[in-house]
Amino acid sequence: MKIQLLFFGIAKDLAGKSSIYYDVKENTTVASLKANLITNYSGLKNSHEFAIALNEEYADNEVVLKENDVVAIIPPVSGG
Amino acid sequence: MKNATVLITSEKLMVQDCYDFVQDASCGGIALFVGTVRNSTKNKEVSLLDFSAYEPMALKEMQKIADLALTKFQIYKIAIHHAVGELQIGDIPVIIAVSSAHRKAAFEACEFAIDTLKETVPIWKKEHFEDGEVWVNSHP
Repeated sequence: MKIQLLFFGIAKDLAGKSSIYYDVKENTTVASLKANLITNYSGLKNSHEFAIALNEEYADNEVVLKENDVVAIIPPVSGG
Repeated sequence: MKNATVLITSEKLMVQDCYDFVQDASCGGIALFVGTVRNSTKNKEVSLLDFSAYEPMALKEMQKIADLALTKFQIYKIAIHHAVGELQIGDIPVIIAVSSAHRKAAFEACEFAIDTLKETVPIWKKEHFEDGEVWVNSHP
């Protein structure tokens, strides 16, 4: 199934893009997506430091992704 | 009545706008935190900061902070404004204004809001130096 990935901050630089459509298996969890991303984007090797937002809300590792979810890669924030 | 305002803008932030929003006859004080771009970090001269945001989510998270502050502290109104784009030394990336009947609640809510914003709101800053640039808090 397809999801949309959004990259921000350093993740955008490391991935070389800000947004892509990405294929994942049914029942993919946030944790397995992270592992999968490290394989496909070697630059994201420190992605254990990154949070994941699912449809604009922070999501825990156990959450299961659904078709057409918008998944944002959130590196450590540094606003303010 | 709406007791919170949150804003992300590439325009210059206006302290007066935040002040005017929270100001009220029922309040005995206004606490104002104004973040400003510092000219150095770890003894290294900074030339400018570049802020970017996941804007729709950042606005939601800022609204959550405002709502939580209104519940948690005896305050009347709160304004949380954040700038994005390139900011020069001395420019204002963030303003928090809080009004309350008594000052303690306003001080506490203001500190809570800026501390939480720095932890949860998806906004990033890249520091630019003479000889390069660095995403703050990230370890490539």
